[in-house]
Amino acid sequence: MTPVLASILETFRDGLEFIFQQRESGAGTVNVGGLHEVAHLTGNHLAVSFLAVVVAIIVSVPIGLWLGHLGRAEFLAIGVANIGRAVPALAIIAFFVAFLGTGFRNITFALTLLAIPPILTNTYVGMRQVDRELVDAARGQGLSGSQIVRQVELPLALATIFGGVRISAVTVLATAIIAPRAGLDTLGTPIISSEVYGEAGQIGAAIVIAVLTLTTDAGFALVQRLVTPKGLKVAIRGSRPSRTWPISIRRVQLP
Amino acid sequence: MLTTIIAQGGGGFVRDRGGGTGCPGNNGICLDWILHHLDRYQTPFFEHVYLSIVPVAIGFAIALTLGLTAHRLRWLITPLTGLTSALYTVPSIAAFLLLLPITGRGNDTAIVALTAYTLVIIFRNVITGLAGVPQDSVDAARGMGLTSRQLLFRVEVPLALPEILAGLRIAAATTVGLAAFAYLAGAGGLGRNIDADISFRGNVLACGVLLTLLAAALDLIVLTFQRFVTPWRRAAS
Repeated sequence: MTPVLASILETFRDGLEFIFQQRESGAGTVNVGGLHEVAHLTGNHLAVSFLAVVVAIIVSVPIGLWLGHLGRAEFLAIGVANIGRAVPALAIIAFFVAFLGTGFRNITFALTLLAIPPILTNTYVGMRQVDRELVDAARGQGLSGSQIVRQVELPLALATIFGGVRISAVTVLATAIIAPRAGLDTLGTPIISSEVYGEAGQIGAAIVIAVLTLTTDAGFALVQRLVTPKGLKVAIRGSRPSRTWPISIRRVQLP
Repeated sequence: MLTTIIAQGGGGFVRDRGGGTGCPGNNGICLDWILHHLDRYQTPFFEHVYLSIVPVAIGFAIALTLGLTAHRLRWLITPLTGLTSALYTVPSIAAFLLLLPITGRGNDTAIVALTAYTLVIIFRNVITGLAGVPQDSVDAARGMGLTSRQLLFRVEVPLALPEILAGLRIAAATTVGLAAFAYLAGAGGLGRNIDADISFRGNVLACGVLLTLLAAALDLIVLTFQRFVTPWRRAAS
């Protein structure tokens, strides 16, 4: 084995060890790392991310359902995604810190703003993708507007909506790494305060975050498959549920 | 709180607000001060341009090649989509740090990670663009005796261009945003300026405006290119 490869492997081994075992900090004054601290940071990380995504769902799903059902304000529902993509995540967090101050509530709010666009756009697109003939048939059978939304459109749009939640969840988990800058200790703390936690802390935290996001993503992929109605599954066999932003691009060409 | 944040900050070149008096000391927006200290943003801005354009260019070349190959060999679509999606799912910051032991601190690490992020976006759009080419056009081209290579480059790719370039635009906007985290990999860019004094309103605003301008400029370049290479769309509309 070449010495270069050996030192790379050693760095990763050290990073893994950081997760499970306490060690002295860079200055030797406090102990850092170990399962207890990593679990605490992971807990904070998950809590703030979960809260942000839940608030984003509560805000954007009803709006998306309503606009999608009426087929109105397509410009708004799709445009918000384009704006959301163009504004850098770091800039949003920095704006909150500079103008509104630090703290749990502010960082949650900032992450919520990041989580809204994909959910809103996917909800809208999911509703509009429902076959118009099905909606007409439901109306012909005498279903009211809200019955059509709940019994026809929502079940058929659910997989796409969860696709949006999936994108948001991954984005929020990734951006919560910056939360220490806003006064909340998350898995980003060992990454940002590298002089305290050392390279092992950075690598260890990065490994935990990568595992968290990949697991979350896979979990939502499973949920998407579970909520896809059987009939629809047959129709789209072979093509997996959409999960990335370009889903909005096929329907609406960028200007 | 403030002192710990500032103590953690990197760089240092933006942090000096001039003795804590006047507008910067009172944490205003300080347009005058920013304009006067524009030189502090010049180098990071061009570093950011570099960190955005290079990954998008490399990623476009790779993803287009993969897309054209997978269009011919359909069975490649599923594994390639899975692979590029997985790369996209690992957060950029985590990717930067996990690459550090291999590629070292600096631009290389940032460029490798940022390139990986562009792949899924462009690849997907190449595939959907090529799949959306009207069957009639393909049949007509075949009937005229075009070889499959001619068919691909003279008919399918030109008709798929709007979709492919839409992917390029998304990739460019995304990369400008993600490159703001490249400072954690020891690379430069405007992210380092934001991080150096994240509680100073004028600084945050200046960096935000520059990032938005950069994203808009890249978007406009691709859009102009698209108008130029797809004249038939202009004639139709």
